[in-house]
Amino acid sequence: MDNVLLSVSDLKVQFDQQVVLDDVSFEVKKDQTLAIIGPNGAGKTVLFRAILGLIPYKGNVVWKKGIRVGYVPQRLSLEKDLPLTVEEFLSLKEKEKEKREKVLSLVGFDKEKDFSKRKLGILSGGQLQRILIAFALLGEPEILLFDEPTSGIDLSGEETIYSLLHKLQEKQKLTIILISHELQVVYRYADTVMCLNKEKVCFGPPQEALNKEGLQKIFGQETGFYHHHEE
Amino acid sequence: MITNLLFLILVGSMVGIAAGYLGSFMVLKKMSLVGDALTHVALPGMAIALTFNFSPTLGAFLALTLAVIGVWYLEKTSSIYPETLVGIFFTASLAIGLLITPEPDLLEALFGNLEKVTTLEGVLTIIVSLLFIFFTWLISKKLLIGIVSEELAKSMNISMSKYNLFYLLLVGGVVALGVKFVGTLLMGALVIVPAASAKNISRGIKDYYFFSAFFGLLSAVIGLALASILHISSGPAVVLTSISFFILTYIFKN
Repeated sequence: MDNVLLSVSDLKVQFDQQVVLDDVSFEVKKDQTLAIIGPNGAGKTVLFRAILGLIPYKGNVVWKKGIRVGYVPQRLSLEKDLPLTVEEFLSLKEKEKEKREKVLSLVGFDKEKDFSKRKLGILSGGQLQRILIAFALLGEPEILLFDEPTSGIDLSGEETIYSLLHKLQEKQKLTIILISHELQVVYRYADTVMCLNKEKVCFGPPQEALNKEGLQKIFGQETGFYHHHEE
Repeated sequence: MITNLLFLILVGSMVGIAAGYLGSFMVLKKMSLVGDALTHVALPGMAIALTFNFSPTLGAFLALTLAVIGVWYLEKTSSIYPETLVGIFFTASLAIGLLITPEPDLLEALFGNLEKVTTLEGVLTIIVSLLFIFFTWLISKKLLIGIVSEELAKSMNISMSKYNLFYLLLVGGVVALGVKFVGTLLMGALVIVPAASAKNISRGIKDYYFFSAFFGLLSAVIGLALASILHISSGPAVVLTSISFFILTYIFKN
């Protein structure tokens, strides 16, 4: 029981009369990497927002007592000329310069010297994502919730994000819940996968959960494409 | 006369600093137009105060507080920002204010007046301005995280709606302090324009806060001095001064 960091049961979310999530139950254990997949509009981000308590829901969401949660939201829409530098953004959460520099190097920004003086608004999608991860890491989280943006990051950029997450998972003993759109990412980095399409459609280790049947349930005809990708 | 003018400028410059600093968040929150229109609500408050013989600043403050609570509530409960509604509501209060403000006081209420500040009022204004600056500084980090991402802030257990209300109340307060000098029609500019100018030339958030306050200060000092020397209304003098800074920084930026 001590190993369970998050336990969700009978989760239901509705906006006005429309049910967006229904009857979702799952558990996340320590050191697990859970990937949540599903088509657009399946309620993945809504699930995150509900378990973080950002929106009203019905059902039970129980976190381990006193747990530190880090949240990396989907891409932000920042003004290009927002007068806030990387350094200043991180210092909103952490006063000590050493700690800020440590997370910056953890997310791979130790080489470029003046990077921390750049404005947040001019960073590329991938860079901003890594800064948001750094921001989340400043709270020394035990569990990281990572909401992958649907598009916009080039593949090489995505590659680094996931190898980064993988590194963190090993180095920092982080438990991770991530929303992903790439089945390859799921196979490579997650030990558990949950397919979501308003309801929980499948759950388990990727090789078992993502059999042809499960994939068809969530992605319908696209299955062939994704499956082909994997083989 | 000269000491009186210097005292007025001192009072005005404190309001300018407070307005500039508070306004810096308004601009980042993309609430410039709301902030500008909000000041119109001061007029009916001042009119009622004049009619019942209590301080117009207090009247403006009460009216603005009500309006701020209204704006905050609408922002909190509607998924789309009810800009049109806010526009209608604020214009309505301006129209009502115009009708019920006693004729002799109308021009002053609209465009500001230099002469009518007593020592007590002046000292109080300085103290309250300092308090507003201090309170805003206290919540500045949380406001800024909320500006970057409201969700991020909420995920850190920051109750954004509480801080937003507190902040907007402070803005209402600083507007109430300023309407005396700048007038209810133009006070919005003193909240928005210094921050807009600062944004043109700032490399980071510290620059931005500093320049917002600094341009607020300069606009008040130069504007009030010009008004006194040229015998023109203080509101237009202050606002045009601040706008000339905006133009200069805009040219500098490009």
